Amino acid sequence: MSEQNNLEGRADGDRREFLKTGAAITGAALAPGVLLYGVAHSRAPEQPASAEVRWGMLIDTAKCGDGCSDCVTACNTENGLSGKTGPQDTQYIRKLDIKDLRNGRVHSLPMLCQHCEHPPCVDVCPTGASMKRADGIVLVDRHICIGCRYCMMACPYKARSFAHEPITDQNPEVPRGKGCVESCTFCVQRVDREELPACVEACEANGHQAMLFGDLMDPQSAISQALKSQPSTEVRADLGLNTGVRYQGI
Amino acid sequence: MARLGHWLRLAVFLGMAAVLATPSQEAAAGVNLPKLEKGKGDACVEDTETMRRHHMSMLKHQRDKTMRHGIRTTKHSLKGCVECHAGSKTGSVASTKEDFCMACHAYAGVKLDCWDCHATKPAPKTPGPVGKAPRPDASPLLAATVNGASQ
Amino acid sequence: MANDTCFNQQTCKPGLFWTLLGLGGIVVLGMLYAFFTLEHHGHVLTGMDNQIVWGLPHVFAVFLIVAASGVLNVASIGSVFGKQIYKARAPLSGMLALAMLAGGLAVLVLDLGRPDRLIVAMTYYNFKSIFAWNMIFYNGFFAIVGLYLITLMDRKLKAYSKPIGFIAFLWRLGLTTATGSIFGFLVARAGYNSAMMAPMFIIMSFAYGLAVFLVVQTAMYKWNNLSLDERILSRMKNLLGVFIAASLYFTVVFHLTNLYFAKQWEFERFILLEGGVYTALFWLGQIVIGGLVPLALLYSPGARQSIGTVMVAALLVIIGGIAQMYVTIVGGQAFPLDLFPGYAESSSFHDGVVHAYAPTIYEFLLGFGGIGVAFVLTVAAVRAFKFLPQDDFKTLEAEEA
Repeated sequence: MSEQNNLEGRADGDRREFLKTGAAITGAALAPGVLLYGVAHSRAPEQPASAEVRWGMLIDTAKCGDGCSDCVTACNTENGLSGKTGPQDTQYIRKLDIKDLRNGRVHSLPMLCQHCEHPPCVDVCPTGASMKRADGIVLVDRHICIGCRYCMMACPYKARSFAHEPITDQNPEVPRGKGCVESCTFCVQRVDREELPACVEACEANGHQAMLFGDLMDPQSAISQALKSQPSTEVRADLGLNTGVRYQGI
Repeated sequence: MARLGHWLRLAVFLGMAAVLATPSQEAAAGVNLPKLEKGKGDACVEDTETMRRHHMSMLKHQRDKTMRHGIRTTKHSLKGCVECHAGSKTGSVASTKEDFCMACHAYAGVKLDCWDCHATKPAPKTPGPVGKAPRPDASPLLAATVNGASQ
Repeated sequence: MANDTCFNQQTCKPGLFWTLLGLGGIVVLGMLYAFFTLEHHGHVLTGMDNQIVWGLPHVFAVFLIVAASGVLNVASIGSVFGKQIYKARAPLSGMLALAMLAGGLAVLVLDLGRPDRLIVAMTYYNFKSIFAWNMIFYNGFFAIVGLYLITLMDRKLKAYSKPIGFIAFLWRLGLTTATGSIFGFLVARAGYNSAMMAPMFIIMSFAYGLAVFLVVQTAMYKWNNLSLDERILSRMKNLLGVFIAASLYFTVVFHLTNLYFAKQWEFERFILLEGGVYTALFWLGQIVIGGLVPLALLYSPGARQSIGTVMVAALLVIIGGIAQMYVTIVGGQAFPLDLFPGYAESSSFHDGVVHAYAPTIYEFLLGFGGIGVAFVLTVAAVRAFKFLPQDDFKTLEAEEA
């Protein structure tokens, strides 16, 4: 089968083999075209992130548990955050409770970096440390961040934190240190090895399944299908930033 | 007169150069070369001479490729350095002056700020949230395919 | 000893010079102490946090930078518009501009999270960022105004002072436009996001700069037991009055536009009515102390003879200016971002609540340190070069006739 050849051509280590076996098995039960599209995502370590992909997230507030903060806990563990919630502590993701002032309807939802297509933080950064990767993930390059905090002034979603204290014992995959600005990375280290962001994984594990992560450019992806079939909201849509994170049920 | 002034200036310059040069010679003679612990595995990713001269530019090159473009080859990655060169006593490359990075950098008096942000120790080998093997359905691409097809 | 070369004094007062330099030096040392402490422990020691990301240091820094470009206006009126009394004051004006910009930038740089990477800030430019443009304007300001000063003070180069003065004038307009736009371009925040910011900052810079100039000039005349000519005082005080009135006008228009945009109502209610310390600083600090009282003083019957009255008015303008910066910078951030208009918001990350800000000693040390840097540079410059205005009363009379 041509799919099989394709898969073998990209073989790279046990984990990938494992994934591909899984893919091949799944593929046997599906139309071949669907699988091929999926494989096109997979990226060898030496390949750069591609503009053919745009990572996005769809959050269904109806499924999001009121009082559940598993996504926050998972994020803190993955990124080595303290989990403290003082005014100077870093939070990549937070549970936001909102109440409609007209009818009193309440929603609970996770708020994180919205990974805008036109991110204000990237526009305002004097050194170019705030950046958007080709696949739409907005990151801070701590190597050239000078800690001016202008991006925090510019972000409409209050998604960024400043590391106020020296940090030790980081997760080797998530470097972070004093004096730089930081925010949600969609767990880029996990996405690059084709895993889900920690928050999404946690939300799936506890059965809420309120967070859907995937490629917005792929019309076949679950997130694209869901966005196509149901209405969704972009936070501060008036700013025209075309966010990568969308909400349902508000 | 002008000639005399010229010679005087030259003499002062040479004298100052001599004064400035003396302490560094003493330092070179008086301080032992750093002793480096041998890294894990058979050989480094490049030969020793290349590593000594060019490790910083390799790291910088790799840093921009990984950070900006998501290229995650492991040959020149800082994480790879740490995995092989973490000291047997401290388990770290930079927590004491005997550890691999600091031994040379302290000797040469070159400050480095890698460790302001990067972990100086390799990831723990125990199956934790970091080293965990991925589930096949954990891949967004696969989840997408499965869900997409089921609709 | 060089005690006999006091260019700006009729009788040398080395004791006074060293006292002033020492006092300024202590303030600068305090700033350095704060810098090294923060460099070691991080910004956790300050009152700034993830809500109020720019605090008191930025209030002083932006005030100094805005006033620095404003103080150059005195030279511009001389060189560009050819007014004799301002020409005589051009060197002092240029020097003060450089000293104040240096002070303001020192605060900004020492407050960075990674001040050790200043070289990065100077070598990596994102040209889409108004902040990066500011850095270019600041560096260019030093170069252009430095050159301008040389042409003003070297007889052989005097002829060049007019064209370079003109470039300096345009450059400073660009600089203040860029500084105002740092805030004006923040689309997400109700308190900023306004095209009014840039022109308002320019008008305010005229007032703050001239006020600072009057204070320094008065001190220098006092030092030499000289008295400023009544005609000159009268002209300068009237100019300050015009600038204050213009600043008030721009403030009114700025808030009126915000009131007209329904989206900004909540923010306006916060600043103008319910904002506590920000409301008090706005009305009492910016409007009354920084605007109405100095206006009344400047146009009071005895003002044209009384250097004291003008001096008090100028000091009040400076205090009002710092209050204005506090309201603009800290007040603008204290008001929470509205992620979901029409909804009440709450979270662990302080969403939906007015953010409290209590600066610590380190922020005060940094902020005052900026003034200290400007002060020390001014004292040293006044000692080393001839900056006391040399009025030529014949041409002045000819101009008036």
